[in-house]
Amino acid sequence: MIIPTKEKGADISRRDLLKSGGAMATVTLASGVTLMSFGGKAAADGLKPGARWGLLIDAGKCPEDCSACVSACSKEHGWEDNGLDTDPQWIRKVTLREKETGRENSLPVMCQHCDEPPCVDVCPTGASFKREDGIVLVNRHTCIGCRYCMMACPFKARSFVHEPVTDQRTDSPRGNGTVEGCNMCVHKIDRGDGTTACVEACQATGNNAMMFGDLNDPESDIAIAVSTYASVELRADLGLNLGVRYQNI
Amino acid sequence: MKTLLVSVLMMAALMGAPVLAEGLLPNIPAALGEPHPEGNEFWRVNHPAILSHDRDLTVLDGIRDIDGSIKTCVACHAVEGPDAAPLTVASPEHACRTCHDYTAVKIDCFQCHNSRPEAGDWPAVLPSLGGTPESLHAYLERISQ
Repeated sequence: MIIPTKEKGADISRRDLLKSGGAMATVTLASGVTLMSFGGKAAADGLKPGARWGLLIDAGKCPEDCSACVSACSKEHGWEDNGLDTDPQWIRKVTLREKETGRENSLPVMCQHCDEPPCVDVCPTGASFKREDGIVLVNRHTCIGCRYCMMACPFKARSFVHEPVTDQRTDSPRGNGTVEGCNMCVHKIDRGDGTTACVEACQATGNNAMMFGDLNDPESDIAIAVSTYASVELRADLGLNLGVRYQNI
Repeated sequence: MKTLLVSVLMMAALMGAPVLAEGLLPNIPAALGEPHPEGNEFWRVNHPAILSHDRDLTVLDGIRDIDGSIKTCVACHAVEGPDAAPLTVASPEHACRTCHDYTAVKIDCFQCHNSRPEAGDWPAVLPSLGGTPESLHAYLERISQ
């Protein structure tokens, strides 16, 4: 009996294959369709394996009258909220009020980038997905605009685009008939900026209420902060293990 | 049959031969950058497959340095409009539309993607529509190299 052995290279992942671009000069997609010249340039590019990007928001430092993060996001991604019910909101300021004491808190709420995202569970086409580095995204190439994810999201973080869009930001394509939401400035992360538009804006105001970083990197500021000081998830009862955490709420 | 032929010839004479010739083939504007090393024929045939393959690399794996980047396509194939800004896909003279209109293939890309470089990101020199015989000749010379 011949025991089948693993051929050398048989367990190369799709990404490893692309990384080894030098060896792969030509990739055959289908008969007559070939892709050429990867040239190994993909190796230095792409998402950081093993990362879990997250945000830490200190509600104690977030003034109620400040919405710098919201305007920065709107500008970075080219969406506009003119107050209509159907206008998109990738990030919004929310005021929480404790019934018993009357204590009020203002804080920004956006996609919480769940580790176990309900929007991904319900998506019929797989368009709502979680990247390897923990960012939850909509692949608009496969989104059919059914809006199941909007109903599944406990944070109302997703919006539907009701009108045709023109002159989009080239790094943040968005279009009519698809669902969208905070993408944690994925183009900036891929570029290596190491921050998001909202965090940059918050730091520029001097409030420093927001922090961005890799929760899985024990050396990172955000990982040190969450391991040192108390922070909570919104709707922790759902057990979704959120990438966005809050302090002082 | 004879009368039909005569009327066709008369129509051609009335319209003028250049008009007829222009109407027959798409008037593809020259691009800004270096010609594709794989050749125009390769890209004419394979650009849909390359674009849809590489978009998955970007969206799913965050790889942004790709061959089929629509951002690079529209930047390099930008065409100057009447207001000195690059044309959008709303214009039939947009680089993508010249060919897509001719072949009657609908483009879905620009429902979400911007069909021109972002404002502030416009190339310093925009190619005008390759209408003159000189510019067309220069373009053919470049791509044949």
